[in-house]
Amino acid sequence: MAEITKDQVKHVAHLARLEITDEEAGQFTEHLSAIITYAEKLNELDTEGIEPTTHVLDLKNVFRKDEAKHTITQEEALKNAPDAQDGQFRVPSILE
Amino acid sequence: MSLLDHSIKELEAKLHNKEITSEELVKASYERIKEVDGDIQAFLTLNEENALETARELDKSGDDSAKLFGIPCGIKDNIVTKGLRTTCASQFLRNFEDPLYDATVVEKLGSEKAINVGKLNMDEFAMGSTNENSSFAAVKNPWNKDYVPGGSSGGSAAAVAAGEVVFSLGTDTGGSIRQPASFCGVVGIKPTYGLVSRYGLVAFASSLDQIGPITRTVEDNARVLEVIAGHDKMDATSANLDVPAYTDALTGDVKGLKIAVPKEYIGEGVDPDVKEAVLNALKVYESLGATWEEVSLPHSQYAVAAYYLISSSEASANLARFDGVRYGVRSENAENMIDMFKKSRSEGFGEEVKRRIMLGTFALSSGYYDAYYKKAQQVRTLIKQDFDKIFEEYDVIIGPTSPTTAYKVGEVIDDPMTMYANDILTVPMNLAGVPAISVPCGFASNGMPIGLQIIGKHFDEAAVYRTAHAFEQNTDHHTKRPDLGGAK
Amino acid sequence: MNFETIIGLEVHVELKTNSKIFSSSPNEFGAEPNTNIHPIDLGYPGTLPVMNEEAVNFAMKAAMALNCEIATDTKFDRKNYFYPDNPKAYQISQYDKPIGEHGWIDIEVDGKKKRIGITRLHLEEDAGKLTHGDYGHSLVDCNRQGTPLVEIVSEPDIRTPAEAYAYLEKLKTIIQYTGVSDCKMEEGSLRCDANISLRPYGQEKFGTKAELKNLNSFAFVQKGLEFEEKRQEKVLLSGGVIQQETRRYDEKTKETILMRIKEGAEDYRYFPEPDLVPLYIDDAWKERIRAEIPELPDARRKRYVDELELSEYDAGILTGSKEMADFFEAAIADGADVKQAANWLMGEVSGYMNKNQKELHDLALTPESLASMIKLIEDGTISSKIAKKVFAELVENGGDPQQIVKDKGLVQISDEGQLTEVISGILDQNEQSIVDYKAGKDRALGFLVGQVMKATKGQANPPMVNKILIQEMDKR
Repeated sequence: MAEITKDQVKHVAHLARLEITDEEAGQFTEHLSAIITYAEKLNELDTEGIEPTTHVLDLKNVFRKDEAKHTITQEEALKNAPDAQDGQFRVPSILE
Repeated sequence: MSLLDHSIKELEAKLHNKEITSEELVKASYERIKEVDGDIQAFLTLNEENALETARELDKSGDDSAKLFGIPCGIKDNIVTKGLRTTCASQFLRNFEDPLYDATVVEKLGSEKAINVGKLNMDEFAMGSTNENSSFAAVKNPWNKDYVPGGSSGGSAAAVAAGEVVFSLGTDTGGSIRQPASFCGVVGIKPTYGLVSRYGLVAFASSLDQIGPITRTVEDNARVLEVIAGHDKMDATSANLDVPAYTDALTGDVKGLKIAVPKEYIGEGVDPDVKEAVLNALKVYESLGATWEEVSLPHSQYAVAAYYLISSSEASANLARFDGVRYGVRSENAENMIDMFKKSRSEGFGEEVKRRIMLGTFALSSGYYDAYYKKAQQVRTLIKQDFDKIFEEYDVIIGPTSPTTAYKVGEVIDDPMTMYANDILTVPMNLAGVPAISVPCGFASNGMPIGLQIIGKHFDEAAVYRTAHAFEQNTDHHTKRPDLGGAK
Repeated sequence: MNFETIIGLEVHVELKTNSKIFSSSPNEFGAEPNTNIHPIDLGYPGTLPVMNEEAVNFAMKAAMALNCEIATDTKFDRKNYFYPDNPKAYQISQYDKPIGEHGWIDIEVDGKKKRIGITRLHLEEDAGKLTHGDYGHSLVDCNRQGTPLVEIVSEPDIRTPAEAYAYLEKLKTIIQYTGVSDCKMEEGSLRCDANISLRPYGQEKFGTKAELKNLNSFAFVQKGLEFEEKRQEKVLLSGGVIQQETRRYDEKTKETILMRIKEGAEDYRYFPEPDLVPLYIDDAWKERIRAEIPELPDARRKRYVDELELSEYDAGILTGSKEMADFFEAAIADGADVKQAANWLMGEVSGYMNKNQKELHDLALTPESLASMIKLIEDGTISSKIAKKVFAELVENGGDPQQIVKDKGLVQISDEGQLTEVISGILDQNEQSIVDYKAGKDRALGFLVGQVMKATKGQANPPMVNKILIQEMDKR
């Protein structure tokens, strides 16, 4: 399972919301295949029964108290928005 | 000697004795930047007006007790600064003028009155090992402008090496502080995961990222880490420990220190110059009463693959927020919502970033999760266990920071696999979460700096610093300066 | 019907903590857009989530009230998808280790009890709100982003749309009892999606299901399922095949309308959330939360039947909301007669609430004032009929029943002498009625009672009036 196909690459690009030309898809296919082949090295290791490490420290139960406060204003919230209207972020509609 | 070519302690004394003012120090920084940064390209955004105003206020204030009072520093541009443009060296964020808040580390530096001179260049979104992936300009190595400074904190390391700032903050996910520190002949530490708050660090790989200081000397490094380390309630992964006074650890005494040297770190693939410098360093340690033995970290060869799968997967999710809705540059060519996402991201991100997002998305996708992401996390456990085992018997691990010295500009940028493979000596520490420092330990035959890496147990930065400091004080590598022309 | 209907319900309930699940922003409904907001909610670069402890407590409470097993080790995961109301482009949710599993609730439809399984309950964050603007634009308000949510998934045990309705009513009541949510569909604090499929009786395999969305009330859930049931049957009977579709319920046409064909499961690329550490919920914590859960509807209903000797029906109505049950018990604690209190609450009080679209806490009536009024009826100071006048005053303006009776001169006339005098007068003026009564026409008595009431402005003691009227007529 060392090869990724161009179609798979195009699907992955869609999942990641990246637009790639057919030529770029070809380049990505090469690069990703190389990395994946390399990554399959990991199959040399028997990891049966080994817990995956999702957190490297043994922390558990970290919480904040349920106290509400206002921090930024509507103006600040919209400060960096490429487009806004009536206090809301504005985006083009979905093409249905 | 330039004003900036002093240690923090020396500058502290000069400021206290009113030999110099904070304003003069900051001005010296900007003068140096004007002098050399046109070539080096370490800075992306300068903070001149604010910095000078802050300096003047500090001079007036009459209270200079703060731990970094008046010291000019630079901040890597993936650490957010309120009111000051933060780009992560990406076109997507080229207009991100106000991130709305300061990262916790920036707040801490501010509380101790350090002065933020400006934002430092880097590989885009911290993805890269040469700082050639910046979408603005490539950074050059101050020792030789035909060479790269390393990455992704290339700007941070170069700015310190070139004497533009007294210290900088960099970030390290797979070696991005240590490797540029080693390429630029300066000191850089990746702290234990969880020691320094990540709140305000634009996430690349959440379970691997750490912020750390880059300085000229070990003592300066310890001083800055003391300020930025510590529990943060805004970061649920930050450790709840008291921060030790790291500078107290700088006793110079390493008698009886037990050093482990993994054979996988000084074997094939390491440049002869680098290997020789490391072996010489070990001789220095012996002369100081420490002992060393060869050990094995048997899963080392799997670290790079595990690292790239894990970091790319987390990155693919962390960078998904850059969608053009609430901040950043939205494409002008979008016809509908999905188009807006795709075009904004594709126009805003560089090649390496896209590559990693693609890899990460693939590794997490349906049908592949177990074979790639989950498998990599299991291998990560094995790598961590390798370190745990060694630290049962030894105090620190020593080896080279990088198999090579700095590459020439353009040498590896089109060969990602080679670039990735050379992270072999730094990624394991991010996977295991252990602290690791790079200190200058000599020069290759081409005059480029070599870095020695010292690794410690979780939260044992004290041992790491003590070990690094003893070496530094018994050698003179840290006194060398790049020949940049102009005031030295 | 040749087919068996299989229904599963997915309910999202907003938890009413003070602040959001991952940031300190206020958790409130109805504010100006993008004002209950923090950079964390906006998914700003560098921000990190920190778990609100109360959200976890509330989720546990809800799960326990639904009889779920509570996880000891639980964690959070990223659910990745792009949408403008999803600022991080991932939702922090729970994938493989939800906080509650294997629960159930009991429902009753047409007198028959049935147990509906609950597969899981998990904790997650709500998204922002996307609305349609003009000229091909949409607008995003992130106030709702980060509101703590529990997602409750039922087993596909529901077999009729009526059962679905009963399930939702019961679920809402139970959760309201715990106090963790208002469960108001009109405010979005309770939302429901339904899955429905048909299979031939006796077949084990489930048929292809359709997912129904945009169900804005329990009634619409039932109606939508009823329509969809018939639609699917028609398709199957005509030899067609059900597609896996998402359909929305249209309130005007009362039909379900195709939104999109589901091409296959969405690839959410779940992975464990690295920014949040796992939870370890020990027994002590679980017990502490369990102790905070008040008596739940079914138990309370049983107690009303067993100890207060109310009928199942009455007990059911009174425990329909915790507010009502609490009010009832407070009134009894204050000395009100059980049956009277029950009748007044189920009758006049509920009637008033429905007519005026108000809730119990909106009324000026208190358990104490209700109890006081009932005591006045019991001790004969006022009749039930007069009490209605007192009640009208109490429910609008509050006050003390005794004072009201005094001020309005509503004391019941129970003095024999006084009544006899009035009655004599009425009888003198209605000789024909006496004749009719003696001829066996009972209606004449009622008429005379009415005349006495009119003459005494309704204040005459009715049983006494009856007694004295008959006495006096016998004399004549």
